[in-house]
Amino acid sequence: METTTVNPTYKLELTSSPHVHSRWSTKQAMWFVVIALIPALISAVIFFGQYQLLIILTSVVFCIGTEYLIKKIRKRKVTVTDGSAVITGLLLGLILPPNFSLSSTAIGAVFAIAVGKEIFGGLGYNIFNPALVGRAFLQAAFPVAITTWTKPNFAVDTVTSATPLAAYKFDKVFTSIQPMFFGNIGGSLGETSALAILIGGIFLIAVGVVNYRVPLAMILGMILFAGIFWVIDPVKYPNPLFQIFAGGFLFGTFFMATDWVTSPITSKGMWIFGLGIALLVVVIRIFGGLPEGVMYAILIMNSVVPIINRYTYPKIFGEAK
Amino acid sequence: MKANKTLGYEYIKGFWETNPVLKQVLGMCPTLAVTVSVMNGLAMALATTFVLVFSSLLISSIRKLIPNQVRIAAFIVVIATFVTIADLVMKAQFPDLSKALGPFVPLIVVNCIILGRAEAFASKNSPFRSFLDALGNGTGFLIVLVVMGGIRELIGSRTLLGYQILPNGFEPWLIMILPAGAFLTLGLLMGLANFYVDKKKRSEREELIQKYRKSQNDVEVKGQEA
Repeated sequence: METTTVNPTYKLELTSSPHVHSRWSTKQAMWFVVIALIPALISAVIFFGQYQLLIILTSVVFCIGTEYLIKKIRKRKVTVTDGSAVITGLLLGLILPPNFSLSSTAIGAVFAIAVGKEIFGGLGYNIFNPALVGRAFLQAAFPVAITTWTKPNFAVDTVTSATPLAAYKFDKVFTSIQPMFFGNIGGSLGETSALAILIGGIFLIAVGVVNYRVPLAMILGMILFAGIFWVIDPVKYPNPLFQIFAGGFLFGTFFMATDWVTSPITSKGMWIFGLGIALLVVVIRIFGGLPEGVMYAILIMNSVVPIINRYTYPKIFGEAK
Repeated sequence: MKANKTLGYEYIKGFWETNPVLKQVLGMCPTLAVTVSVMNGLAMALATTFVLVFSSLLISSIRKLIPNQVRIAAFIVVIATFVTIADLVMKAQFPDLSKALGPFVPLIVVNCIILGRAEAFASKNSPFRSFLDALGNGTGFLIVLVVMGGIRELIGSRTLLGYQILPNGFEPWLIMILPAGAFLTLGLLMGLANFYVDKKKRSEREELIQKYRKSQNDVEVKGQEA
């Protein structure tokens, strides 16, 4: 190597693709996500009490345990240290309602990893976001428990503990934006505080772990689609700002839809993916039977990611068609 | 080809080797729709087996009389006759069960297992072999339906055959008695079956490779000795 006279900066790469690598290894990126989730974790404890830490801890422990066990049974390399199971556990814990039963949390965590991830072959092969698979399973298995909301610690209104979306859907009551921004509302553990989620989300984009396109497409799409309804009838339909801050939209935007494995790899695909989720969320929230639809919207769009990838595959320069 | 298979094999193959649900992936509609409880699964499987056995027997006996061009229509007429018998008997003797199974008993007419066995086996084999084949396939269907009904009933409503098994502290998973639970259970069962078969195949292949290597070694040793 000492004898070479070629400037190493212009070294000709002779390896096979990929030639461009990320700044971070998978392991580093995963731990960045964990750091980004800390504000949401803090907001969960502030608004709903310390018991919520137990829920999240249960979720994380059972996710790691399930992954370890399955890898051992299948005699594969144990990949628990890459942090992906920890993230799945954290995400699942943060999208559960406050004071959710610990045994049900454990069932959801086992299901998320076993059926949502390992059945497909582990990290990188799963079609659906594992945490959302776990949440969807719990929603179908325990529909009552998972929609039982506790009122936050600093609630001014002592009667209602309904989420802003449920209040809108069933009672036509609009919650004001300010408590929704700070998180002083009913809802899932990590989803209530828009501020905490934004801090984490912007951190992720800033360090380059998450691409800005999907979150931007989702928020712009939400403004567009919710805006159309709002312009049609501002009394009947909520305004776009409400739609963005309500429910799990922001949390889904920054932490669920941006999952590396289950989102498109092309730039154009990311825009389609984000806009598609926003459209589905608006449709489910306004016309659906459920007050919230972010989870299903992301899962549905996850399932079409392979098609999006295929049709938005960039054309090779000079290729004749 | 059919002569060198034993009669016992014709019966036993439906249990596992060519299990109608897990291997042939036939009869999905009743498998998914009625396995909310063991009792429903059992009743459905018994009705299907009854139709399967008698239609196979009849079709096999008249297989040389049926013109090839209209064989499917002829099969359906035979099958429909037995389905009507099963449906009427069920309505008269077990009205509750008949209500629980709803339209799925009349729908046995279009059950792929029955038409599949008629087309693939009964129309080409002797009545006795067809009878054994139908009985084996029916039993295979019964095994899967009862297992699925058992899993779904146990987790979805804490009971087995109506008796409470799991304690009250166990919160029933509502998903298991919903359609989604049926897909989930069936998918996991099929995956498990395939996993088991794959594992067996792999170990058999490895055994063969080792045997081959050993024989190659022996040849080499012999060559060197010579």
